[in-house]
Amino acid sequence: MDPAITITDLAVDRGGRPVLHGLSTTIQRGSITGLLGPSGSGKTTLMRCVVGVQRVRSGAVTVLGEPAGSPALRRKVGYLTQAPSVYADLTVMENARYFASLYGVPAAEAAAAVRDVGLGQAAGQLVGSLSGGQHARASLACCLVSSPELLVLDEPTVGQDPVLRDELWGRFRAMAAAGTTLLVSSHVMDEAGRCDRLLLIREGRLIADDTVAAVRAAAGTDDLEEAFLRLIKAQEVAA
Amino acid sequence: MNPRITLSTAGRVLRQLRHDHRTVGLVLVVPAVLLTLIKYLFEAQPAVFQGVGLIMLGVFPFILMFLVTSVAMLRERTSGTLERLLTTPLGKLDLLLGYGLAFAVAAALQAAVSTLFAYFALGLDPRGSLALVIAIAVVNALLGMALGLFASTFARNEFQAVQFMPVFALPQLLLCGLFVSRDQMAGWLQAISDALPLTYAVEALQEVGTQAEPTGTLWRDVSIVGGAVVLALILGAATLRRRSG
Repeated sequence: MDPAITITDLAVDRGGRPVLHGLSTTIQRGSITGLLGPSGSGKTTLMRCVVGVQRVRSGAVTVLGEPAGSPALRRKVGYLTQAPSVYADLTVMENARYFASLYGVPAAEAAAAVRDVGLGQAAGQLVGSLSGGQHARASLACCLVSSPELLVLDEPTVGQDPVLRDELWGRFRAMAAAGTTLLVSSHVMDEAGRCDRLLLIREGRLIADDTVAAVRAAAGTDDLEEAFLRLIKAQEVAA
Repeated sequence: MNPRITLSTAGRVLRQLRHDHRTVGLVLVVPAVLLTLIKYLFEAQPAVFQGVGLIMLGVFPFILMFLVTSVAMLRERTSGTLERLLTTPLGKLDLLLGYGLAFAVAAALQAAVSTLFAYFALGLDPRGSLALVIAIAVVNALLGMALGLFASTFARNEFQAVQFMPVFALPQLLLCGLFVSRDQMAGWLQAISDALPLTYAVEALQEVGTQAEPTGTLWRDVSIVGGAVVLALILGAATLRRRSG
C-alpha cells in the first residue's frame, strides 16, 4: 500500500524567516509517528503543511495519495490544533455535534467521541467553564467524530493527568491497530516510547527519522531523553 | 456548498447566541429604549418622530449586526476555529450563508420587537405595511453583517474590530439623508452618498413611511441594498484563505 504521507524537500518560511529547510520523510499507514523537538523547532509548521493550511516555499506534501489540502482530503484528515479550537460558548456535546454535522456523521458518533475522551460527565457543560485539560479534550473529541483515516494531533496530551494520558494513548494505539494513521507531536520524551516511529526535528531539520528501537540503538542508550541529547550533540559536532 | 452544512452552521451560531442571555437581552431591548428617547426628544414635533423613528428602525439592526458579526468572525479567527473549519468539508459559502441565516433570524426578531413596540407603544404609524418595515430592517441587518464580515479581515484584535464600526458605518449614517436631506448636501457629498448602500435603505424606509403601497423606488432601493450585501459577501469570501503564511 502507498504511504499515508510523503514529504519531499519541504521548505517553509514564516514571517520572512525560514522555518523548515528542505525536509523529506515518509509515514506508513496504520502507524503512530511521534514528532518531537524543542518548541520553535517547526513541529506545528510541519503539521500545518500536512493538513494543507500552511503556505509553503517549495517541496511537495502528498497525503493519502493526494496533494495536501485537496478538497477530497477534508473528510479523511482530522487536525487537532495545539491551542484548543472549539466554541467556548457552546457545550461539549453541542461542539461535537456541530463538527459531526460537517461530516454528515450522526449525533450518536458525537456522543461516542465525547465519551472516548472522558468527558461523558461534562457533556452538557459550556466549554468555557471547563478546566484547561478538559477544554483540550473537548477539542480532541471534535477531531475524532469523523473517524478520519489520518489524525494529525498537535500536543494532544498537554495538561492531562497521567491516568488520562495513558487512556488517550491506549485509544490512539487501538485506532492505529484499526488502520488509522496518527502523527502526534509532543515534547514529553516518555511519550516517544509509545510511538512506532520517531521524527526528531530541530531548527527546521530532521535529526532522526527511525523506529524507536533504532533511535535507541543509534544513540547507544535506552533513555530516549538522553538519546535525543546525544543525537543533537552528534549533529552539532558534525556541523 | 452544502445545504446541510449551511443549516447546521446557522444552528450553531444561533445556539451560541442563545447561551449568551445578556446579548440577547441587549439586542431585543436596546432599540425600544432608544426609540422611546427619540419619541420624547421630538415630543413637540410628532411629524419628525414619524420620519426619524422609522429610519432608526432600519439603522439599529445595521449597526448592531455590523458589530456582532465583526466580533464573532474575529473570534473565529483568533480562537483557531476558523482555521479548523477550513480543514473540514465546510465550504466558505456555507460559513458565510450560515452566519447570514442565523443573523437574519436574530435581526427579524429584533426588528419585529422594535417595530411592534414603536407602533403600539410610541404611536409610530407608517403609511405602508409594518411587515415591509421589518423586511427592510432584515435586509439592513444583512448589510451590516456582510460589511462586518468584510471589515473583520482588517482587524487583528477586538479593539480594532470595534473601531471599524465608525469607519464603515458612521459615514453612511451621516450621509444617508437623516441629518441633512440629500438635496441640501454639496455635490461631492451627494456623489459619495449615492455610492453608499445605507442611503438606499433609508430611502426605502421613507417610501414605506409616506406611501400606502410599495413603490417602484422602494423595490429598486431594496434591490440595490441586496446587491451590496452580495458584493460584500463575495469580498468577504475572498478574504477567507485556507492557506496562510
